[in-house]
Amino acid sequence: MQAYWKQNLKYLIILLSIWFTVSFGAGILFVDQLNVIKIGGFKLGFWFAQQGAIYTFVILILIYIRLMNNLDKKYGFHEEDSL
Amino acid sequence: MSIQIWTWILVGVTFSLYIGIAIWSRAGSTKEFYVAGGGVSPLANGLATAADWMSAASFISMAGIISFEGYDGSVYLMGWTGGYVLLALLLAPYLRKFGKFTVPDFIGDRYYSNTARSVAVFCALLVSFTYVAGQMQGVGIVFSRFLEVDITTGVIIGMVIVLFYAVLGGMKGITYTQVAQYCVLIFAFMVPAIFISIQMTGHFIPQLGFGSADENGIYLLDKLDGLHKDLGFSSYTTGSKSKLDVFCITAALMVGTAGLPHVIVRFFTVKKVADARKSAGWALLFIAILYTTAPAISVFSRTNLIETVNDKKYADMPEWFKKWETTGLITFNDKNQDQVIQYVANKELNELEVNRDIMVLANPEIAGLPNWVIALVAAGGLAAALSTAAGLLLVISSSVAHDLIKRMINPKISEKGELIAARAAAVVAVCVAGYFGINPPGFVAAVVALAFGLAAASFFPAIVLGIFYRKINKQGAISGMIIGILLMLFYMTKFKFGWWFGGTKVDWWFGISPEGFGSIAMMANFIVSIIVSKFTPDPPKEVQEIVENIRIPSGAGAAHNH
Repeated sequence: MQAYWKQNLKYLIILLSIWFTVSFGAGILFVDQLNVIKIGGFKLGFWFAQQGAIYTFVILILIYIRLMNNLDKKYGFHEEDSL
Repeated sequence: MSIQIWTWILVGVTFSLYIGIAIWSRAGSTKEFYVAGGGVSPLANGLATAADWMSAASFISMAGIISFEGYDGSVYLMGWTGGYVLLALLLAPYLRKFGKFTVPDFIGDRYYSNTARSVAVFCALLVSFTYVAGQMQGVGIVFSRFLEVDITTGVIIGMVIVLFYAVLGGMKGITYTQVAQYCVLIFAFMVPAIFISIQMTGHFIPQLGFGSADENGIYLLDKLDGLHKDLGFSSYTTGSKSKLDVFCITAALMVGTAGLPHVIVRFFTVKKVADARKSAGWALLFIAILYTTAPAISVFSRTNLIETVNDKKYADMPEWFKKWETTGLITFNDKNQDQVIQYVANKELNELEVNRDIMVLANPEIAGLPNWVIALVAAGGLAAALSTAAGLLLVISSSVAHDLIKRMINPKISEKGELIAARAAAVVAVCVAGYFGINPPGFVAAVVALAFGLAAASFFPAIVLGIFYRKINKQGAISGMIIGILLMLFYMTKFKFGWWFGGTKVDWWFGISPEGFGSIAMMANFIVSIIVSKFTPDPPKEVQEIVENIRIPSGAGAAHNH
């Protein structure tokens, strides 16, 4: 139980750091520095603020689902699956 | 066929669909009424959550706001999606495990106090009512523009439909109509976006289209920046708000999103904790489709608008221009009497006012798309507004019937009595919402920001601390919530309504706008809660055990029944 919770908190800290970095970091705080770089017609900072951050959010939740399902299995908290 | 006939057909078909679903999925018990029986599949719940969340504001207003604000509009894109990461990681699985019907349920039980429960009910009602008025207004706008009935008739038609399936079906009816509404609204949003993207850039994916070049090899975004510069507007891709304010607004919207009761309750409808996580993933995926397309529409419509109207003869304006002029959402004032439209940033010289809300609604017409696409947008806007309104009405009705009557006033009320109370509360709520939709109070725009600020300042810290900090007690949580709410109300009324000596932009604390202040009020709540808890007795053993228990994902099914 303690070990399960500790591992859960570790996942949260890592995933939320990425969450903070792509949105508040790349999309807001360092947007001017990143805007110097251009990919196609997008300035990179602008792209993160209006596109990249959102894609990353989706991926973060998908990773979280995977990690937690595996963790549940490891500690025997796993329950029957459904779609 | 004319736009109007197409619109009547599409609106008629979608409305019959919603009513059909409502009849098929009537709620028979309070459990079905509040949480759809608790057996919704994660995929269906993800679809329903996406429709529940994406309101008239997301569908009609957001792309328009971004269109006029450029980079500054990113706060809505990141704020209204980033909140789902918080929801999925910090709230949804644990609240599902806790296994009650409402958010005030959790606050009241976790903080073993009816005072805490009352504060939560007050917030849930305030947040939901401010929000639902905006939805009804959206229904009215769509009806009046596309079907040429007056706004009152439009709102009443919308009320009758929502009343029908929310009152009859409860959460169960709402869930399955929301699934249908998501499909309608996303189709309606994507079809014009794809058409216009192909038209302007040759890309059929709008997300790529707005970063590519037009037929002359000039990148669309560079072209738009250039147009903005020529006309004196601030650059589209860099914006003009202060960094701190953008940071605070984004944070307030994210945390507010995660704290909105009508979104949280959706996660009570699935069978187990793993399903709650999964539905958050589905939900954000479905939301992201619209949210990554919106900024592309903003760029397309902004460029189209400027190129169509600026420095062109008024007499040569296309038909849509005249039609929107009659609704008062576009106004032209020929200041220098040259019969030519000057659309510039300088207020003295500018002759054209364009309401932001029409950017999405008029976009297909501006781009000259076929009539059925234009009608589709109307049906989509209605789906977005109705689905959110229904979710909010359910929160209002369950707060009154369950949290107020069952848990506080009359715990002995029978199952049947509670169900009648819930339905009666829904009816009253629809009527109040309809009244505000017909007679919109001037402060709607201000209070919607307030709704997010309040959710951020009250629910989010109380729930997160309740899960992650075992030692937080009722004294801490209640004082934190009250300080957070009061601070938020004070700041909002001071700078939006001019109370407490009022103030203007220069008086903002640290340059933070009222929209961004929710993040400060939230911090205050966190700090007060933790400090007060340190100096007051620990919560009772049973409560600490509840906290231990919600951290383990298995066994959520059993905890569901009261």
